[in-house]
Amino acid sequence: MANPSTTKETAPLQPVTAMSVLAPAIGWLIPGAGHLIQKRWIRGLLIMGSIVIMFLLGLAMQGRVYRPNGGDILDILGFVGDVGAGGLYIVTRALDLGQGAIAHATADYGTKYIIVAGLLNFICAADAYHIAIGKKP
Amino acid sequence: MNLQLSHFSSAVLFAVFASVVFGITQRSTSREQVRYGLYCFAMFVGGVFVAGWVMWMLRR
Repeated sequence: MANPSTTKETAPLQPVTAMSVLAPAIGWLIPGAGHLIQKRWIRGLLIMGSIVIMFLLGLAMQGRVYRPNGGDILDILGFVGDVGAGGLYIVTRALDLGQGAIAHATADYGTKYIIVAGLLNFICAADAYHIAIGKKP
Repeated sequence: MNLQLSHFSSAVLFAVFASVVFGITQRSTSREQVRYGLYCFAMFVGGVFVAGWVMWMLRR
């Protein structure tokens, strides 16, 4: 029987480059920018358009933007999702937007739009990192 | 600004944006990205119809 410790292959370590740090950080701060700085123009613009429009539609639908909180677990997760939108979240908090009390049925969609925009931006930042380390073309 | 969309248009818009991001991030080549994006969109919208019919049957 083969010894698992001898047959187990370890993943090669990826070199840490400036781009592998910058791309996900900038991609988080400005949705799509992580792809744009790596000259993935179409992908970057599509991501930027999708996430920014989704976030703004959420605000226009009177969606709620979560503040840092230590209360209900769903509120904490909502905050984590919102923070994913990076600069959009920071600007929204600075302008004190997104405090809508849910007054109609589709306002809850707005809250979900904002959270999902942030979560999608997390995925995009990870994708920008994979491009930066050469794991993805 | 107070935008009030219907449930269906909200769900379809959601599907469009999520599918674009899923397509770009989950596949490598342009062709695969387009195909996967369309697949995700079809699944999202199909899920809306299925959920709608399930709710209709539960209400009866």
